[in-house]
Amino acid sequence: MSDGVPLLRRGGRAGLGLLLPLVLAAGWEIAVATGAASGRLLPPPSRIGATLWALAVSGDLWMHVEATLIRVGLGFLCGAAAGIVVGALVATIPALRWLIDPSLQALRAVPSLAWVPLFILWFGILETPKVLLIAVGVFFPVYVGVSGAIASVDRKLVEVGRIFRLSRFALARRILLPAVLPATLVGLRTGLGLGFLFVVAAELMGASEGLGYLLVDGQQFSKPDQIVAAIIAFALVGKAADMALVTLTSPLTRWQDTVRDSL
Amino acid sequence: MAGSGLKWRAEPGIVRRRDAHAMPARETPVLTVDDLSKIYADGTQALSGITLAVRQGEIVALIGGSGCGKTTLLRLIAGLDQASRGAVQVDGETIRAPHPSIGVVFQEPRLLPWLDVAGNVGFGLADLPRSERRTRVSRALERVGLAEHGGRWPRELSGGQQQRVAIARAFVAQPRVLLLDEPFSALDAFTRKGLHDQLLDLWAESKPTILIVTHDVGEAVTLADRVVVMRPRPGRLDETVAIGLARPREPVAATYEEAVRRVLAALDHSLRPAATKPPPTPETRASWW
Repeated sequence: MSDGVPLLRRGGRAGLGLLLPLVLAAGWEIAVATGAASGRLLPPPSRIGATLWALAVSGDLWMHVEATLIRVGLGFLCGAAAGIVVGALVATIPALRWLIDPSLQALRAVPSLAWVPLFILWFGILETPKVLLIAVGVFFPVYVGVSGAIASVDRKLVEVGRIFRLSRFALARRILLPAVLPATLVGLRTGLGLGFLFVVAAELMGASEGLGYLLVDGQQFSKPDQIVAAIIAFALVGKAADMALVTLTSPLTRWQDTVRDSL
Repeated sequence: MAGSGLKWRAEPGIVRRRDAHAMPARETPVLTVDDLSKIYADGTQALSGITLAVRQGEIVALIGGSGCGKTTLLRLIAGLDQASRGAVQVDGETIRAPHPSIGVVFQEPRLLPWLDVAGNVGFGLADLPRSERRTRVSRALERVGLAEHGGRWPRELSGGQQQRVAIARAFVAQPRVLLLDEPFSALDAFTRKGLHDQLLDLWAESKPTILIVTHDVGEAVTLADRVVVMRPRPGRLDETVAIGLARPREPVAATYEEAVRRVLAALDHSLRPAATKPPPTPETRASWW
């Protein structure tokens, strides 16, 4: 098949990308094994692997991953829903835009971690402030994406809808919705990424479970292998969530010029 | 393009009628435009006192320099914009908003990128049962030579193919009046020629009344029964040139070239300031030149 060659080439490229980390890992492994480095602050890959394996076998890893995923998931749902609703309202009702967009833009400029002390003061250190912090992080990229997309819908395509006498509802469903979908999905994807960023901050502010807790625990008890294991787990879970979002939504934007999976 | 190299000179002795936009009284027009004016909010008068009647199955070309309100007039007739004064009627019904009897093809194809070609052609047929919609869409695609392309995305088509999809989308809704706003201006001469033929084939089938805006004299003479020249500031109708050639029209024929010369002369005339315009009678025209 003619597809064979590019596929092979793509596979070769992915392999090339893995080369550098593998060489570094092998080099570090050898350096520690031969005694050239102590490996006290950065354990060799084999010890990190063993730690990760032990966590997985004991079931602890899944408990932490689950706790983190629930927080990100809840925060993402709340933040994304609020971002879509507020973004759509602000983009379609001029009065609302003049009223609240400036305030939202000002709040957007606040580094979200600056909310942490206030949220702790208001909501304690349990789940509420964590989910809320993540939701705040997710809200802004979704809000900006949705409101920007609606504001920049091609007036010429809306006119096509008018020529065919679409009702307001049909116009929204058949023209506005598909037109804003790509930018909305980009906003959701950015939001999900930020969700993982903020879950770390949220779990650092005090948690008894979650991948962020593994980080803090590893630092307090001097377990660098556990810290690196948690970092790896974060990378894998974050990548998996992003892939899941892209896979679920890519059929919706199949028509686009740009190939989303190359992003 | 045939005719563009010709000098813009009137042939002495060719009678051009003023106020010939109205039709013979015995026929009831499909489209009537009555004293239509458009003044924008900033006070600019875009159109002034446009009166035009087009009969069933007639093709009328609107031609004129830029800024003479051709597109504005088409948008008012389509019901996309509101006139400041006057009225548009199709089959006696006053048009205030987009109407099922009126189809529009814009200068750009304006295809919806998230629908495939068949989805775009059938966009206005959402109320029809699926099977009938499918039949009509595939027939329309066949007519514009895109029968094999129904499942492709608009972005995969060339500019000419996209405009054919737009034409099919307008025709498939079976309008009584079809408005075309410089639909071929972005295309090369070869593509344009092919599209002229396809447009005339489609027109011959259901004979809708067609009003086409163009800045291409050759296009106007190839397609239209009547060419109406517009004048700018404010936009208004100037002269009408009846083409009266049998179809298909060959650009090399002497009668075709003569028609092109007549349109060019009328266009030339419309570009002169109104104050210095001589009365358009054969005698004065001849001596004036």
